[in-house]
Amino acid sequence: MARFAARRLIGLVAVLFAVSVLLFVVFTVLPAQNPAQQLAGKNSTPQLVASIEEEWGFNDSVPEQYATMMGKVLTGGLVSYRPRVNVLEQIVERAPATLSLSIGAAAIWLVLGLALGYLSAVHAGSWLDRLLTGVAIAGVSIPVFLIAPVLLYLLSYKAGIFPSAGYEPLTGNPWQWLTHLILPWFTLAFLMIGIYGRVLRSNMLDVMNEDYVRTARAKGLSERRVMTRHVLRNSLIPIVTLFGLDFGATIGGTAIITESLYSIDGVGNYAAQATANFELPPVMGVALYGAFFVVLFNALADIAYAYLDPRVRLGEAPRS
Amino acid sequence: MAPDSPPAAPERARTRGPWALAGRRFLRNRTAVAAAVVFALIVVFVLSAPLWADRVAGTGPNQSHTLEKIEVGGEERDVVSVEGLPIGPQWLGAGGKFFLGADGRLGRDEMVRLMYGGRTSLLVGISAAALITVIAVVLGLLAGYFRGWVDTAIARTLDVIWSLPVFLIGLSVGVSLALGGLNLGPVELSGGSLLIPIGIIAIFSLPYVARPVRGQVIALSEMEFVEAATAQGAGPLRLMWSEILPNLASTIIVFATLTVANSMLFEAGLSFLGAGVQPPNSSWGLMVSNGVGLLNTQPLLAIAPGLMIMLTVLSLNLVGDGLREALDPRSAARVEVRGGTIPAEGAEGAL
Amino acid sequence: MSAPLLEVSGLRVAFATEAGLLQAVDGVGFELRAGEVLAIVGESGSGKSVTAQTLLGLGRSPGARIEGSVRLGGEELLGAPEETLRRVRGERVAMVFQNPMTSFNPVYRLGSQVAEAIRAHRPGTSKAAGRARAVELFEAVGIPDPERRVDAYPHEFSGGMRQRAMIAMALALEPELLIADEPTTALDVTVQAQILDLLARLNRERGLATLLITHDFGVVAEVADRVAVMYAGRVVEEGTLDQVFYEPQHPYTWGLLGSTIRLDRERPRRLAQISGAPPSLLALPEGCAFRPRCPHAFGECPQVPELRARLTDSPGHRDRCWLAPERKRELR
Repeated sequence: MARFAARRLIGLVAVLFAVSVLLFVVFTVLPAQNPAQQLAGKNSTPQLVASIEEEWGFNDSVPEQYATMMGKVLTGGLVSYRPRVNVLEQIVERAPATLSLSIGAAAIWLVLGLALGYLSAVHAGSWLDRLLTGVAIAGVSIPVFLIAPVLLYLLSYKAGIFPSAGYEPLTGNPWQWLTHLILPWFTLAFLMIGIYGRVLRSNMLDVMNEDYVRTARAKGLSERRVMTRHVLRNSLIPIVTLFGLDFGATIGGTAIITESLYSIDGVGNYAAQATANFELPPVMGVALYGAFFVVLFNALADIAYAYLDPRVRLGEAPRS
Repeated sequence: MAPDSPPAAPERARTRGPWALAGRRFLRNRTAVAAAVVFALIVVFVLSAPLWADRVAGTGPNQSHTLEKIEVGGEERDVVSVEGLPIGPQWLGAGGKFFLGADGRLGRDEMVRLMYGGRTSLLVGISAAALITVIAVVLGLLAGYFRGWVDTAIARTLDVIWSLPVFLIGLSVGVSLALGGLNLGPVELSGGSLLIPIGIIAIFSLPYVARPVRGQVIALSEMEFVEAATAQGAGPLRLMWSEILPNLASTIIVFATLTVANSMLFEAGLSFLGAGVQPPNSSWGLMVSNGVGLLNTQPLLAIAPGLMIMLTVLSLNLVGDGLREALDPRSAARVEVRGGTIPAEGAEGAL
Repeated sequence: MSAPLLEVSGLRVAFATEAGLLQAVDGVGFELRAGEVLAIVGESGSGKSVTAQTLLGLGRSPGARIEGSVRLGGEELLGAPEETLRRVRGERVAMVFQNPMTSFNPVYRLGSQVAEAIRAHRPGTSKAAGRARAVELFEAVGIPDPERRVDAYPHEFSGGMRQRAMIAMALALEPELLIADEPTTALDVTVQAQILDLLARLNRERGLATLLITHDFGVVAEVADRVAVMYAGRVVEEGTLDQVFYEPQHPYTWGLLGSTIRLDRERPRRLAQISGAPPSLLALPEGCAFRPRCPHAFGECPQVPELRARLTDSPGHRDRCWLAPERKRELR
């Protein structure tokens, strides 16, 4: 088990390295423009460009440029130019907002999604089942930037039930924190509820047909035990993995659009604002931050899977 | 005793090819057929952009009318008020001009923009999907058939891309290239080129199609009919073309459809943030971001393009689902979202 | 003669499918006495597995229509409430299935799955007691190194070992009856023999009544006391092992036996085959179900023959064939 975990974590470092190289190439090699010009952003002056060239070593060879850039990233020296702020500091400051958004939404989508999935598997073919399929397809098709504006317009502007913008820290005013996050939570969760419900339903239907479930019944186990200890236990394994990946992605700031539309000053919104202003350093910083979390949770999810499914752990059957 | 007449010829068994059968199954699926009709209508809608622009609205998608007035029901109204508020949806009140209103300070005709923007959105989505499908099939065939180091190289690369926050990275690429364009060897693109978002979407969505295709090719190439064909002396190219590819056909068709939907969502997300389609081009995603600022006064500006995206993606997803059911109810054409079903990552990437 | 342990009569099971009503079991009845081994033999599609699973109410799918009577020690099981069935399962009647590879839950250790069976009926059992009992059972079925093996996961066992573990689990609560549904079909020939030996030994040593479902007459000959031959959802012949093997009364049985290589007879030049294929259970032929394939069909056959004893000196030997016993002796 430990060896498996160690291997996955080493793989993580390798992937992060690959990502950093990729981003470096994207930001310096690919563009037609002078990279220093790129970094300086839209409203740059020649002096700024020159000083950037010096600071980042763009006059050096390519590998040296990479080294300089990585040095800056790892030592927290990544700075955006207009205005002049330290990217890392900004990310740290904004992380709690993203975290609040992610955890709340995750809790909602797990509970609702899994409940819906369980019920529709047990009552397969019923109206509940069809409802779930409808929700799932709707969730994947209705983009965030339709849901959010509609919800905001109807429930916030017109009905005044929810506040419209911003994020209130938990430590400041818990009630405000909550009311500001409810709409974003449900917006983010809407997509996922359908997916998780469908995955659980599909897994459960497969598992319920397995021989070992029949064996469990033949042993005289109560229906409840059969469902929990055998059907659910086995059906939930792939969901643990899926959740690990999705949660990692959400923490990693991929909920950019949601944050942007609800004016939540999280890490994702930082990237959104920077993008709008064509500022590269924050976007790069957030991309690395996001990659880190996604890859980390990827590895954690794999490790969790191995823990839950002894076949994988002991190197037997490939992951199903 | 001799029979009076020859026995009646047995009724000819009517055989139907699998494609015809699938077609009938699809047509029986009312939801999928309705969705297909909706998508067709949307295509017609966006294709009639020039017609509408010329005959009805009398203006183009980028023409500004800030200081003008139009006649509505006998009265004259400002296109953009003194405070900078654009005129609301006129529907047919002004003879079709500003059907959905003006789009903000610049006073452009929202309806015309909606149609032209749709053309771009669809163009990018379909082109990206086409690119993805072709490349994914080629990669999947190569990797699944030849195995060995070819497979390792391809599969590893796909794995790396797949395990990244593709939207964030796509965003980075989009921003970076939007500023100054692309200069990589012989390839030179300006910052506003549509090829940039198409390329970004294609590269980062590749694993979602390539991995399952590769899996299927592996499974197929181990089947006996491939062995038989090899024994008959068929070379790899021939095998891939005439034995494996036809069996992939239904998977490919379903994936292609679903990929268009995902690509459109990806593009909408990128454009919304400013890293996708660049002005003077327009796309539905871009229009949403323009409209969000005026949400409280003119909600339609943001909601109309959002609705169009939803209708298009929804209908494509339903058609894709319907195709999957029709072609093979238990097919392998399930987009492998790290263990899930439904094409989710593309949408999730545009969270 | 004591009352039979298991009495099945008039069992009918039909499934509603898209293509119509599929009559899987069409009026099956048999008896099993304590300590006896009854083998039910038939091809796939004969209804033998469905019969076995219906006894414990395991085949309850929504589209199933079940009639008849299944009495265990006088208690009616068919249509009994779920709670009654749950108590019977594992404790009075245990079942072993065909595919040992998939019959265990892969994520739990074998010992804990055995202990789970015990705890389902004896809720107060401690973990230690459960584990100890599992070790005991593993030893009883001949699994080597049981102390260690009990903590293994299913995929660490071979097929034969897993089947032994299944049998061990079935014995956990000392049931009166063991139903074994094709227990050796998925195993290698050498392992098959071992499992059959085990079943025979358990029957001898513990007086464990066994209902053995199989398609292989060779398996039957090893273990069975009595045999029932099934075809197209009906029992077509029933008797003691000797009776059915040496004096088979039904043409289908002749076919089955004829296609088995027997050590006590001269080797035939060609293995006899039964021509044709089993009938579709959606559309059973009128009268005797075997008629379309029977080389000896004659006038009476369009009527369904009853299952009854037709030999005056063997009242326990019953069959469903209209042919007169003398004629059968000639044709055999």
